Amino acid sequence: MLAMNYRGPYRVRAQYKSDPTIEHPGDAIIRVTRSCICGSDLHLYHGMVPDTRVGHTFGHEFIGIIEDVGSEVTTLKVGDRVLVPFNIFCGSCFFCQKELYGNCHNANPQSTAVGSIYGYSHTAGGYDGGQAEYVRVPMADVAPIKIPDDIHDDDAVLLTDALPTGYQAAEMGDIEEGDTVVVFGAGPVGIFAAKSAWLFGAGRVIVVDELDYRLEFVKNYAQCEVVNFKEVGDMALHIKKMTDWLGADVCIDAVGCDAAGSVAQTVTGRLMKMQAGAATVLHWCINSVRKGGNVSIVGVYGPTFNAVPIGNALNKGITMRMNQASVKRHVPRLIEHIRAGHIDPKAIITHRIPLEEVADAYHIFSSKLDNCIKPILIPPRAYETTRPVTNSVSEE
Amino acid sequence: MDNRTIVKTDYYPDNNAEQDQDYAHPTMNVPVQPEARQHRRTRESLTHIKGWGADLDRKNRPGVPMERTPPRYTPANMPTPPAQHQHVEVLVSNERPGITPLHGTVQPPSGLSGMMRRAAFKYTENDLRHWLMLLGADRVNVVEGIVEDLAHGHVPNILGEMGIKSEWEHNKAGLAKKVAIAGVLAGAAYYLLKRRDERY
Ligand SMILES: [Zn+2]
Ligand SMILES: [Zn+2]
Repeated sequence: MLAMNYRGPYRVRAQYKSDPTIEHPGDAIIRVTRSCICGSDLHLYHGMVPDTRVGHTFGHEFIGIIEDVGSEVTTLKVGDRVLVPFNIFCGSCFFCQKELYGNCHNANPQSTAVGSIYGYSHTAGGYDGGQAEYVRVPMADVAPIKIPDDIHDDDAVLLTDALPTGYQAAEMGDIEEGDTVVVFGAGPVGIFAAKSAWLFGAGRVIVVDELDYRLEFVKNYAQCEVVNFKEVGDMALHIKKMTDWLGADVCIDAVGCDAAGSVAQTVTGRLMKMQAGAATVLHWCINSVRKGGNVSIVGVYGPTFNAVPIGNALNKGITMRMNQASVKRHVPRLIEHIRAGHIDPKAIITHRIPLEEVADAYHIFSSKLDNCIKPILIPPRAYETTRPVTNSVSEE
Repeated sequence: MDNRTIVKTDYYPDNNAEQDQDYAHPTMNVPVQPEARQHRRTRESLTHIKGWGADLDRKNRPGVPMERTPPRYTPANMPTPPAQHQHVEVLVSNERPGITPLHGTVQPPSGLSGMMRRAAFKYTENDLRHWLMLLGADRVNVVEGIVEDLAHGHVPNILGEMGIKSEWEHNKAGLAKKVAIAGVLAGAAYYLLKRRDERY
């Protein structure tokens, strides 16, 4: 099959490799019909995640059609159209039984801290991802979700990570009616976090980024205020000026370790790898939030350590919440929001690129060329059907 | 009270850095007014936002409480899945006994990078050496990847893998700059080497 293939930092290509097989009676093989490149794939692409092996296929945001199932799979059958949460999880361990699907203890032998994620290095379990024609999906009875007929493929693929992660970011902010919410990062997750903040009753939503085209997009899409951090002096001071000198009630980090905005953090974190990426946004969150406020982190950081002003967090009495999204617990509610017209996920897709051109897709997304917000990759066999044609695969 | 009303709740500064300066002085000696925060936007003023407050009820939020038992979306008291047959080398964290019932099997460790990875897994995740050795192995693995390509008679198209086509399509100025910098560096290197040759 054709699959994205990692060759080294900033180097990927499309290459043929052998098809995945059923390796466990709970597995399914899925023929991918859409996959996304995620902002967190860029951390891998930039060589920041330990144990990213040459030959690895990335891609944790994908949907597809069931092609084959293991002997113990009972609820799904060949031909079913499914969306696959980016978490690989067993459903039975101590953490899965608490609905912490992002923290499963039974699917990643290589790390106890990290859950298991498709195509996200061996530190996240060593599974190939969905930027390919086929992918192995463990625990097919537990994790994948059948896509309702009225949900478009382009919406479904954003339900695998970007939208639930943005939504969970807002939820972990514990927003109360009228709160001022600052979202750092106007990438897909930040855009969805801003949109979700209103659902939880925010009174003001402010999004911070450095790219004017993204700020322009989010201003219209999420009806929020925007700040370009390159045009303000000190970030924390600016937020305080905007918030009656108290600070924001809730700050959300939707950026993670690839942040721009601080020379010291960029040099020590991104270039010298002396910390697990640049902690610029964590720094801004802690120093911009009001005393007693909430900081919610969904931006991804590496496994070592970061320089953060934890003393300020202590002295200000901040509550910090963070996690990989438990995608499965959010999808039913998010489908309701899509149906009610509260949110239109597919509107953030700017690029549809054939899987064959994956190298250019990564470069465009990484270098923010051509006003890119969310690129999706279409594998060569995406439009073949093994079941009656639905709206999703026929309308383009 | 009358001279304290400089902070207005309906006035939000824009992103203008020059304007930041305007704030340095007018508020000097003006007490911060926590009561300003009481003037929150009303529900009526937010009706133009689709879905505003749809998840206002805290008890009805899907992620609350964070640890939810029994689970709603997977079977309660589900048995542990049967162990996956292990047919390739899988490195295992020593912060837990044994291998997990489910594991990925792609790109097993091999070559020099594989030796470095095996060595890294002698240390716990808690030990910084574990992660630094893995990052080192990743760099070695990149060289192994190029050697492997060449051994298969394939000269890797490194510029293509870096997306030069899209750089040309969407960022000609940036590409020209990179080429110019590379040219200057190559020229300088040539000059320095040549000078050294002349000296000896
Ligand atoms: Zn993602
Ligand atoms: Zn589990």
